Amino acid sequence: MTEPLLDTQLLEVNLGPQHPSTHGVFRMQALLDGETIVKLKPVMGYLHRNHEQLGEGMTYIASFPFTDRLDYFCAMTNNLGLALAIEQLAGGIEVPERAQYIRVIMSELTRLVNHTAVIGFLLNDMGAFGTPLLYAFREREKILDLFEMASGSRMMCNYIRPGGVREDVPEGFLERASRIVAEYPRFLDEFEALLTQNEIIRQRAQHVGVLSKELAINASITGPMLRASGVDYDIRKVDGYGIYPRFAFRIPLGTVGDVYDRYYVRILEMRESVAILQQALKEIPPGPSISPKGLQLVKSPRTFRPPKGAEAYGRIESPKGELGFFLASDGSPQPYRYHVRAPSFINLTVLEDLCLGHKVADVIIILGSIDIVMGEVDR
Amino acid sequence: MMVDEGLKSELRKQGVYVTTWDQLVNWGRSNSIWPLQFGLACCAIEMIATAASRYDIARFGSEIFRASPRQADLMIVAGTVTKKMAPQVVRLYNQMAEPKYVISMGACATSGGPFHKGYNVLKGIDRYIPVDVYIPGCPPTPEALLDGLMRLQERIKARPFKAAMDEKQGEYAVPAYGDRGLLPRYNPGVWRPPTLPPVVATATPTSSASSSTPPSGPGLGRGPRRLYFSGPVGGMFAPHGASWRGPRACPWGST
Amino acid sequence: MRPALEGLKSAVEGGLPGVTLQLEGSVLMVEAKDVPRVCRFLKDTPAYEMDYLANLTAIDYPPDTLEVVYHLCSMRQKHGPVALRVKLPRANPVIASVTPIWRGAEFQEREVYDLFGVIFEGHPDLRRILMWEGFKGHPMRKDYVPEDQDAPDERA
Repeated sequence: MTEPLLDTQLLEVNLGPQHPSTHGVFRMQALLDGETIVKLKPVMGYLHRNHEQLGEGMTYIASFPFTDRLDYFCAMTNNLGLALAIEQLAGGIEVPERAQYIRVIMSELTRLVNHTAVIGFLLNDMGAFGTPLLYAFREREKILDLFEMASGSRMMCNYIRPGGVREDVPEGFLERASRIVAEYPRFLDEFEALLTQNEIIRQRAQHVGVLSKELAINASITGPMLRASGVDYDIRKVDGYGIYPRFAFRIPLGTVGDVYDRYYVRILEMRESVAILQQALKEIPPGPSISPKGLQLVKSPRTFRPPKGAEAYGRIESPKGELGFFLASDGSPQPYRYHVRAPSFINLTVLEDLCLGHKVADVIIILGSIDIVMGEVDR
Repeated sequence: MMVDEGLKSELRKQGVYVTTWDQLVNWGRSNSIWPLQFGLACCAIEMIATAASRYDIARFGSEIFRASPRQADLMIVAGTVTKKMAPQVVRLYNQMAEPKYVISMGACATSGGPFHKGYNVLKGIDRYIPVDVYIPGCPPTPEALLDGLMRLQERIKARPFKAAMDEKQGEYAVPAYGDRGLLPRYNPGVWRPPTLPPVVATATPTSSASSSTPPSGPGLGRGPRRLYFSGPVGGMFAPHGASWRGPRACPWGST
Repeated sequence: MRPALEGLKSAVEGGLPGVTLQLEGSVLMVEAKDVPRVCRFLKDTPAYEMDYLANLTAIDYPPDTLEVVYHLCSMRQKHGPVALRVKLPRANPVIASVTPIWRGAEFQEREVYDLFGVIFEGHPDLRRILMWEGFKGHPMRKDYVPEDQDAPDERA
């Protein structure tokens, strides 16, 4: 509310690209009336690394290490998205049973990594400086150790391949994963005991940055942000890619669509991920980890020449939302067009709508609740 | 006056500590490097992990990440520097307080890394600002970052305090956006494009060209660039001439 | 689940007189002038209800064609994606924006404008999004030549 007697002047404030709380090099040009946001324009491109152009200059398989660097929290799911697109482009490559299970395990572990880190950052943005982030990173490190065990790298896993996974998980991986997964709910309980009913968090996050269901659908919002607005759309259920239909899990939905719902949906999603992981770790069968056709494709990538004019759009539910890979072939071993449908990029469409009328401090947590990673926004 | 090492340790046993002013000040300076809270890409996440619970950069005195360049001594360039971002990086560097240090973390900040072919990617931040320590890796693990930090600490300790205080980096020209890239393309005071030896006409290469002799001539110009990871102190330093922070040329590997 | 493309094609052609679609493989080719009508029809027809624009991008086919690709889904009916393609002249690629129909197209159209140079008429804020203002050319076009950062300096 503007006081009628108080003479105010519009003030333009630049947040970023170097800013302690913007998630990476993201800039917002805000127009303020007092401390209220009147207009806000996101400016991006500070991390535009020409992912698509580079992808068009190399074979299909060679793009895998680059997808790791798209959304650098979720290397495994990025690999999976491209693998699904290539499998679709090749007209279907069979994936052995064990590889399917490994893919699910890795994807859900990635979801845990991503959501814990995001909630840590969100709380950091809210002013809980340090502590929740340290708790989150403590748990994250345990899962990164698992990734390192399987793929050799903590963050840039480069692990999932068309037709399976690069190599089987090492001995002791499943036991260790089971132990970490079994302990995870205890961490979530601890996290929630500190946060979910916290009075300060409720005051800061509830009814801030409300996104309506209609706008969410119309603006192509996906992922936890969409579900926090109450739309039941999860590609794991809709497309049922891989072997997801075999697992029993629920899709949490928000009721208001504010920052708090986005936080809470992520917590609940982690609990469902733990449920999926427990089922997958129990049922995983022995067997090969990559099919012969996939292995041939991986060993000699230049022999993979999809017919001219073939195209594929493979999509998965990454922790951020719908991650799509669009590939078009011209008959050569390199994709003619390689496009990434990046969820965090498109989820930013509504940033201005969410922020209007709120204070500057709210902008920071709204941005934190959208969950962007600049590697994916700018590509 | 230098105190003999043997005498020093003998005195220490008696509870008497002898040191020099330089050592004392540099000990303090090197263990309180405040980095700029400034992440660019993937490496920034490993930087945060270094600061977080498991690796705990506080053990090395650098846990205070300052959001303002005015309060920071060290800029960790953590991630790909794009052409769009490079002017901002240089501007932040200019605003930092003297004496200031730069760690180029990861392949991208050092040379463009896997993205060096991109139309918007700068091939190394050392084209615009001087870099003290290069850390290889994509991304470097937290251990590698800690190692790089310790190398910087060694550097600071090895430098007489007064010389370090007198040495001013000053400000570097902030590049402007041009049609296709930045103007100027590099800062000649820090970096110069490699010059190639003149091509000597040789006999027509025969099929035995695939011998162990490395290729020479213009073909070298676009070859992989090799960085040096050893210096006078030993460790991950770029090669340098007489002054360790002066202008330097990028060396070329022999193959 | 993908809806049957033949049925979709005949439904669009029946509902919108004067519009013809071509079915090429798994893609429906639409003419540039029909794009807003077809999109609006697909969004509003209860049988399809394509309320979600999943993806929008372009493909450059030098020397004379540029194609814009749309992937449409329905969140309410949970089907899709359906791919639509539009051929544009490469020298003067102009097409009506679909941002008034789907807000989700806003940034994606800006990106296509930035990297491919397609002009979307009716877009509320068509500016470069990834490259800076003042950048010349459209770098994702196949004939774009990036600058050589290692070129020897002429001043030296």
